[in-house]
Amino acid sequence: MKNLEIYVHIPFCVRKCGYCDFLSAPADQDTQEKYVQALEREIRGRAEEYREYQVPTVFIGGGTPSLLGPERMGRLLDTMGCCYRILPGAEITMEANPCTVDYDSLVQYRKAGVSRLSLGLQSSWDEELRALGRIHTWQQFLDTYGAAAAAGFAHINVDLMSGLPGQTPGSYETTLKRVAELEPGPEHISAYSLILEEGTAFAERYGAGELLLPNEETERELYGLTKHILREYGYQRYEISNYAKEGCECRHNVGYWTRENYLGFGIGAASLVENVRFRNGDSLQAYLEEPLGQREQEHKLTVAEQMEEFMFLGLRLTAGIREQDFSDTFHCVPEQVYGEAICRHVAQGLLAWHSSVAGRYLHLTDRGLDLANYVMADFLDPLVV
Amino acid sequence: MSSIEQSRIRNFCIVAHIDHGKSTLADRIIESTGLLTSREMQAQVLDNMELERERGITIKAQTVRTIYKAKDGEEYIFNLIDTPGHVDFNYEVSRSLAACDGAILVVDAAQGIEAQTLANVYLALDHDLDVFPVINKIDLPSAEPQRVIEEIEDVIGLEAQDAPLISAKNGIGIDEVLEQIVHRIPAPGGSPENPLQALIFDSVYDPYKGVIIFCRVMEGTVKKGTSIRMMATGAKQEVVEVGYFGAGQFIPCEELSAGMVGYITASIKNLKDTAVGDTVTDDRNPCAEPLPGYKKVQSMVYCGMYPADGAKYPDLRDALEKLQLNDASLNYEPETSIALGFGFRCGFLGLLHLEIIQERLEREYNLDLVTTAPGVIYKVHRTNGEVIELTNPSNLPDPSEIEYMEEPIVNAEIMVTSEFIGSIMELCQERRGRYLGMEYIEGARALLKYELPLNEIIYDFFDALKSRSRGYASFDYDLKGYEQSSLVKLDILINREEVDALSFIVHADSAYERGRKMCEKLKDEIPRHLFEIPIQAAVGGKIIARETVKAMRKDVLAKCYGGDITRKKKLLEKQKEGKKRMRQIGNVEIPQKAFMSVLKLDDRK
Repeated sequence: MKNLEIYVHIPFCVRKCGYCDFLSAPADQDTQEKYVQALEREIRGRAEEYREYQVPTVFIGGGTPSLLGPERMGRLLDTMGCCYRILPGAEITMEANPCTVDYDSLVQYRKAGVSRLSLGLQSSWDEELRALGRIHTWQQFLDTYGAAAAAGFAHINVDLMSGLPGQTPGSYETTLKRVAELEPGPEHISAYSLILEEGTAFAERYGAGELLLPNEETERELYGLTKHILREYGYQRYEISNYAKEGCECRHNVGYWTRENYLGFGIGAASLVENVRFRNGDSLQAYLEEPLGQREQEHKLTVAEQMEEFMFLGLRLTAGIREQDFSDTFHCVPEQVYGEAICRHVAQGLLAWHSSVAGRYLHLTDRGLDLANYVMADFLDPLVV
Repeated sequence: MSSIEQSRIRNFCIVAHIDHGKSTLADRIIESTGLLTSREMQAQVLDNMELERERGITIKAQTVRTIYKAKDGEEYIFNLIDTPGHVDFNYEVSRSLAACDGAILVVDAAQGIEAQTLANVYLALDHDLDVFPVINKIDLPSAEPQRVIEEIEDVIGLEAQDAPLISAKNGIGIDEVLEQIVHRIPAPGGSPENPLQALIFDSVYDPYKGVIIFCRVMEGTVKKGTSIRMMATGAKQEVVEVGYFGAGQFIPCEELSAGMVGYITASIKNLKDTAVGDTVTDDRNPCAEPLPGYKKVQSMVYCGMYPADGAKYPDLRDALEKLQLNDASLNYEPETSIALGFGFRCGFLGLLHLEIIQERLEREYNLDLVTTAPGVIYKVHRTNGEVIELTNPSNLPDPSEIEYMEEPIVNAEIMVTSEFIGSIMELCQERRGRYLGMEYIEGARALLKYELPLNEIIYDFFDALKSRSRGYASFDYDLKGYEQSSLVKLDILINREEVDALSFIVHADSAYERGRKMCEKLKDEIPRHLFEIPIQAAVGGKIIARETVKAMRKDVLAKCYGGDITRKKKLLEKQKEGKKRMRQIGNVEIPQKAFMSVLKLDDRK
């Protein structure tokens, strides 16, 4: 039976953070209720189509999914469980913000079926958090984290960011250590460089000269600190921005980079099923009225496009891509279609081959990971016959 | 052709400053007389080349013959000869004028007389043409016909009280213009019995007919079977066909005789045999003297043109050959550059001419080109007495072998409104101009006269003029001659390698400034590489300016989850596209446009 990952988008937040370009905004209880009902309709509506798949992971992202509350989340997961073949032991992740959950609600979430929690921290310094527009303090995070552990969550991820306004290598190092040293330590940490996205408050302020960000040198230094510090605490960098203790990688996300099928529910949610990409439109109003009618941008991937994705997604994983997987999928080896690019980048020290018992892997070197975009641009337009 | 009919021919052209309505008036004249119905008219019928339509200017001269039934009941043959409207093509304009007996001067009722109005009307008067003025665009709210009439009388000395007040766009006043063509423009002279003497004012290459000569027969008669000889080039052929034009169509006829304007075809293969301004005569009964005014066409501006993809060199060569078929003023020679490979050194009448050719090569022939900085021709006097005409800066001999150098100087006339005189004079000073004088024109305008080095005005002088005068300034120039000057070669080194295609001849005093600006510009144009790239400007081996493109150490997308993938792909595609229009020079990838963009250096806004 084939795998189908499931993603659900909850586009609600208490307040928009200055750097955020996700599809999210504040919303009242009424709207949230209507949205959950619409989601349920969509979930039920598509069940027939995907009868033949098994679901190994579910990811509830946003926005701030934890705003829904355990009752609504429970309903959602129940409906999901009824309509789709969720595997026993499936990884069910929910994103949450400190201050939107407490011990009781966390216990309820666990009962509802959430097996993994992803907490947005970003920084352990209150000044930095304020500058970002976050709704919580470091202490509030600690309280939430403690409650989560107490409520029985064994699988927790913490999100961090580098390159923040006012951040220094010293302050970032402290944040990294504070998080790594939590009791019990989180099994997974995601650390992202701040990106100025068009249309965000940050981008505007930066454009107006009102936002002071670390310069290029410092930004790179901060980014480099992540892997050094976390390695000392036993975290392996398994993807460009994702670190985990052995065996604790986020299975759902790994699925994105290894091109598993996935189905997205809710506004703006993207899907990839049998090499066809599509997504739901962004309009909340339209979705509330007709949740099953918002599918758009459907695109059937050509073989060349599949190869491109295989490469630029697979290379995000530090282990890289496995030659055998490529040839199983495309019936030729990577060198046949990308020979020139591979040679050049290997010569430049950005790509390398690695053989192990598991097979022969092509992966980005440490330097290559830093220049991933530069390397990946060459994996477009393969020499497909 | 009887003499009565000859008395009813009117050969004329329309002269005007750019955008004063020459082409629109031409259209109205054609429309109002017997050739095309209004429905058949496409706007600006005479501009039948696509490029011309886009830029709104006429490039290739065309001629139209129409029949007008005048108020006196008689039918008149109007030969309207269209002329190019840009200073680059002055010679062609003068030969077209020589084919006429009169000219209509169109002046914009709001703008009044401008630099090219004067230039063209003086040219027409110099050719002894009868000129009568027409005031156009009277429909504009800012139109001041009376003021313009006075201006014309004062500045040019033409009677303008009876000038038709028209709006070519709206079709007002056209009838009056047609009547004045009949009464103010003389019938042509010449006798059909005299030996053949015809002026070539344009020619076009047609794959079936060969070269088609557009001519004005001054004396004599030419018909099928006549043995003609081109007096300047010496080419001889037998006439296959003669005829005239009806808006883009060739209409054959029996013969062309004195006073008529039409075309001749004679199986001529090479456009170079039929030079504009040359005289056609009957080889068996030639005329005594060729018509005056013939000049060999001179290129003013040169640049290097290279195919972006070296494999396309033969395609570029073929394309240039084809373009030259119909453009006698384009010349080219093969050349090589260490940086760019095999290409051509091309000569043009001016920057506009260059841009037009470049666009045609890219669009019609689908060629991806790298064009080097356009430059003028310098005269290099070597210590051994030899004088070289330098078109490619890379060929400049070692300074130790140079006695002195000369650069071309032009006489320029700039028309500007009083409030900007200061700013424009400053600009001319900056460009090493020599002030000759100033004349005040009615209505708070002045005509500035300057001598300027040609190499200071071929790039962005016109744009700088416009921006400093908020669009009101206009200018015209012609070559004065060569003068000794203190010139040096500015070399550009990228990643410590000299890039010959970026070399530049510049006045010694501006070398530092130019060098600095070029390094800055290149720093912005050259993308970051995995290593640091020094950009240096040097004169005679000495570095005079430097910039650095920092190495790229981080280029990665932090987040890439399910919903980000489509966007990520677009990003990578853009990156890939960017890489395509690059030129590899050593280890450095330089965008093609960088070679030309280093010229836009005037930063005064």
